[in-house]
Amino acid sequence: MDEALLRSLTPSVLGILVRRGADFAAAEDAVQDALVEAVRVWPAEPSPSSSSRGYPMRDAKGWLVTVAWRKFLDASRADTARRRREDLVDEEPAPGPVTGVDDTLRIYFLCAHPSLTPSSAVALTLRAVGGLTTRQIAQAYLVPEATMAQRISRAKRTVSDVRFDRPGDVATVLRVLYLVFNEGYSGDVDLAAEAIRLTRQLAAAFDHPEVAGLLALMLLHHARRASRTAPDGSLVPLAEQDRGRWDRTLIAEGIDILQAALARDRLGEFQAQAAVAALHADAQTAAETDWVQIVEWYDELLRLTDSPVVRLNRAVAVGEADGPRAGLAALAPLDAALPRHTAAEAYLHERDGDLPTAARLYADAARKAANLAERDYLTRQAARLNTRLGGSGG
Amino acid sequence: MAKYLLLKHYRGAPASVNDAPMDQWTPEEISAHVQYMNDFAARLEKTGEFVDSQALAPEGSWVRYDGEGRPPVTDGPFAETKDLIAGWMVIDVDSHERAVELAGELSAAPGAGGRPIHEWLEVRPFLGAHAGTTECTFK
Repeated sequence: MDEALLRSLTPSVLGILVRRGADFAAAEDAVQDALVEAVRVWPAEPSPSSSSRGYPMRDAKGWLVTVAWRKFLDASRADTARRRREDLVDEEPAPGPVTGVDDTLRIYFLCAHPSLTPSSAVALTLRAVGGLTTRQIAQAYLVPEATMAQRISRAKRTVSDVRFDRPGDVATVLRVLYLVFNEGYSGDVDLAAEAIRLTRQLAAAFDHPEVAGLLALMLLHHARRASRTAPDGSLVPLAEQDRGRWDRTLIAEGIDILQAALARDRLGEFQAQAAVAALHADAQTAAETDWVQIVEWYDELLRLTDSPVVRLNRAVAVGEADGPRAGLAALAPLDAALPRHTAAEAYLHERDGDLPTAARLYADAARKAANLAERDYLTRQAARLNTRLGGSGG
Repeated sequence: MAKYLLLKHYRGAPASVNDAPMDQWTPEEISAHVQYMNDFAARLEKTGEFVDSQALAPEGSWVRYDGEGRPPVTDGPFAETKDLIAGWMVIDVDSHERAVELAGELSAAPGAGGRPIHEWLEVRPFLGAHAGTTECTFK
């Protein structure tokens, strides 16, 4: 039984049910039930002859639609709103061939609806689009299953009035997928891989340069994953990563996708971010990094977003391209409360040779770090400089 | 989506505005207080923001490694302990503002005279274990 195949069919099966007249919340429940049923009854090892037991593996989607529709009808009949729903079913046109592509897209847009909070949108997307169970999503976010179940049912109620045929905002969909990607890895579901799978699916259904840009960005970041942490779990900065462990296949794919997107001349934030990632991925050694071009891409990003975080990253790139003094000058006008501002300042001071200031700032940055890996890394940087300073009598 | 610890203290926090020891409340006031806390937790379960809630006994032991092959040393509770944690609630919310808003509501639990305690609650963000996927060149 191919669970990945099952999950990839989720949004289009859901879309077909909704198109046939099921309301979104009930359809979503029915599809989940059908997925559970499939896991239960489909043979562990699909073979051409398995259809003899009545499980037509050649048409997994058809099987899921049939089972989910039956589950929906069962639930509808049992429901207090039975009559209304049965009327609805009677009035709907007979089930027929439906183009899966549009429906899949609508499910994406619905799950990322602007009326949902980010955490609700993420949870609903992972279930309704990704086909994950509530338990898997709860484990990935380290919250109780009951909490996640409530989050999802609230999200479904929130979008229950949303008209299904209204086109959504692609930027919101991309933001949700980006949030999933950045959660990274925890529990038995790899959310980064899951985000890539969903973004691939979206890119296949929806021709948009920013979707391609986000997919390229994810692939380029994901390609470096193995080298990003040491065996003990500590963080390895980009310059010190073993580039031999970068996944060249993913990098090549990411760069191809990015180039095709850039060629269409509709630049957006994700394409520009992916361009920066591609320049890092392209360098054989850290010293060969084309920092001048990276600064240019950050300038593009600034034009698109004018975000303080981009200004901060740009200042670090300027420090590499034009020297630490130039980097510190670019950093000076920025708000010191920005995440990683102190860490960037520490790094630039160290490169400028001012070790006491750098050591003090690294320790300060460690106290402000938002996660353990960064805090431990920054603490080590401070300790390294302090040991050196102590050793030379400083 | 970030987790926060809402920390209640027996001692160590600044004094509440309505600062009367619980054993001097009426039983009805205590019931109202407990009900408020339960309702608060139940509401957060419904919004999908509740993670965990625990109460702690005031008495604790201090334990220390005492060298290889020896049992750990225990002592205390030390009289000079300044801070004493009464319990916690862990929430998972979309923003720091939301965490502060909820802590404010929890602080309004009714106490003596049925009036809000105006107790000080400590709000502490969880540090994530992972650095996320994006990376900086410096860190």
